[in-house]
Amino acid sequence: MIRTISYAAAICEATDQEMSRDSHVILLGQGVDDFKGFVGTTKGLAQKFGANRVMDTPLSEDGMTGVAIGLALAGLRPIHTHIRMDFTLLAINQIVNIAAKCHYMFGGTVTVPLTIRTVIGRSWGQGAQHSQGLHAMFAHVPGLKVVAPSTPFDAKGCLISAIRDDNPVIFVEHRMAHLSNGIVPEELYTVPLGKARVLAAGCDVTLVGISYMAVECLRAAHKLAEIGIQAEVIDPVTLVPLDIETIITSVRQTLHLVVADTAWNFCGMTAEIVAQVAEHVPGVTVKRIGFAHVPCPTTKNLETCFYPNSATIAGAAHELVRGKPWQPAHEDALEIIEFKGPF
Amino acid sequence: MNSLHASLYRSLYRIRRVEEEIARIYPSDKIKSPVHLSIGQEAVSVGVCEALHRDDIVFGTYRNHALYLAKGGDLKAMMSELYGKATGCAKGKGGSMHLVDIAAGVMGGSAIVATTLPQAVGYALAAQLQGRPQMVVSFFGDGAVEEGAFHESLNFAALRKLPVIFICENNLYAIHSRLSDRQPSTRILERAQAYSIPSERIEQNDILKIHERISAVRATATGPWFFECMTYRWKEHVGPGEDFDGGYRPRSEARPWIENDQVARIGAMLNITTRNHIQQTVETEISEAITFAEASPFPANSELYTNLFA
Repeated sequence: MIRTISYAAAICEATDQEMSRDSHVILLGQGVDDFKGFVGTTKGLAQKFGANRVMDTPLSEDGMTGVAIGLALAGLRPIHTHIRMDFTLLAINQIVNIAAKCHYMFGGTVTVPLTIRTVIGRSWGQGAQHSQGLHAMFAHVPGLKVVAPSTPFDAKGCLISAIRDDNPVIFVEHRMAHLSNGIVPEELYTVPLGKARVLAAGCDVTLVGISYMAVECLRAAHKLAEIGIQAEVIDPVTLVPLDIETIITSVRQTLHLVVADTAWNFCGMTAEIVAQVAEHVPGVTVKRIGFAHVPCPTTKNLETCFYPNSATIAGAAHELVRGKPWQPAHEDALEIIEFKGPF
Repeated sequence: MNSLHASLYRSLYRIRRVEEEIARIYPSDKIKSPVHLSIGQEAVSVGVCEALHRDDIVFGTYRNHALYLAKGGDLKAMMSELYGKATGCAKGKGGSMHLVDIAAGVMGGSAIVATTLPQAVGYALAAQLQGRPQMVVSFFGDGAVEEGAFHESLNFAALRKLPVIFICENNLYAIHSRLSDRQPSTRILERAQAYSIPSERIEQNDILKIHERISAVRATATGPWFFECMTYRWKEHVGPGEDFDGGYRPRSEARPWIENDQVARIGAMLNITTRNHIQQTVETEISEAITFAEASPFPANSELYTNLFA
């Protein structure tokens, strides 16, 4: 039976089913057991599994990440949550110096099966410290897996894969994606980490959209189709390990590549993907789409300028294919208009 | 003399001699890795670990030779690790600062001050959740007390009443910076008291007192404990030599600690036959470990990319 649920509900269901299946899985993070249930992604789990498996924590991101690593070293499979990705900066020492390195540095004698859930905020004035997409910082460090699913289906399947993975996985959610609905099977299933997904086929230009930008790339593809440009849209889904082969295969056909990220371009995932493609596809032309290279402002007009969208993606693709600028009409997407916060 | 003294001496003497051999070998450049010697501080690791159970878990620091050996870490694997050999405890990928022996309950050391405290607390939480009668012991230096992770760890351990013993090896210095220049009160145990964790300070590197108190706490504790163990590092912060000519601490400061050497103290409690037997056994073991490390192969170049992911 086909069933439609939200991305947030898909996260919650994946956690529920994995915790039911495996008593080693435990959930900890600030507010995971409260009445809002981490924007619905943990709702009801504390009641079902009890305080020993769904744990509120002190405001100690660094310490609690170390605690989560300790739990993992002892054989449990913790899921540690951060309601904003910005807060992971308080935990970066434990993530980068310990979690990423334990397996290698100790010669394979230990594993750290740890899932770290983080949310990239957006819209309605979230501002400089509630909006950062820091996934490239984590992707930079050997030993961390990084996954950023854009659809409810992939959110559930990837989270289950992350929980079952014996390595630390940074699980990147986008606040706008939480609100989206999609077809999600009720039963347990996994989506393999390290496999990109071709969301739309096309022969003129390749659009790669990371996290929520995959949705904006699909919208851009519709705009481009109206003027006769057929765009192939790829969602990498996993950033580490990155399925560059799927992207390269597409670009060999199109020879034009736009990479869009919900993060900054400089030293970011867009730079990485473009560089890897350029090493393998002679003659490719490229554009990168990301945040304006400033902290995110709160006032609406500046915030609108700060964020990339389907129109900027379509315009960049047009310039690559047709050799001249194009400014398609643009309105904010419905989820951005409808989102009224406060969180 | 009793069997406790003999086992304390065996462990103390073994650590002292292993590190003296490391210092002897070091100028040959066969050990291409920074070494932070525990010489002078062995009493803390030995006093604590001799009071623990085999299944108990210890987390330490980059100055972890003494802890690794005191908890039962494999000596051959340690020497090979220092030599960067494939037979090392971390296959030559960790070196002196990251010794590990899971079978002996020695979790890997860290070069970043205070980073293993919360992992010890997390391990203790797992033991509590799973109902295992395990004690976790977290070793750290006086410098760690200044890190946020220290406070976050004590707070959470106290909150959840976790089976963890915090051992602060207070050797009075963070590299070359004196404790009194870094903290407003040099009584570190006061910080534990702020988190309602029972705490004691043990003076003068007293291994018998350390062993007695840890044994008692190991048998009865229902939550975290904190011990500030006063000790003193005889060698330089990193490397095989001394540093009393560096100007940051006078040799006269070290003298009472050296005169109060716990290796000699416990050794003097044994009869000469027992002491000689222990010494000969240890010397043979060390000699075999060095031979093993020297003869072991380096890891293949292809090992560079193994163990990145499990």
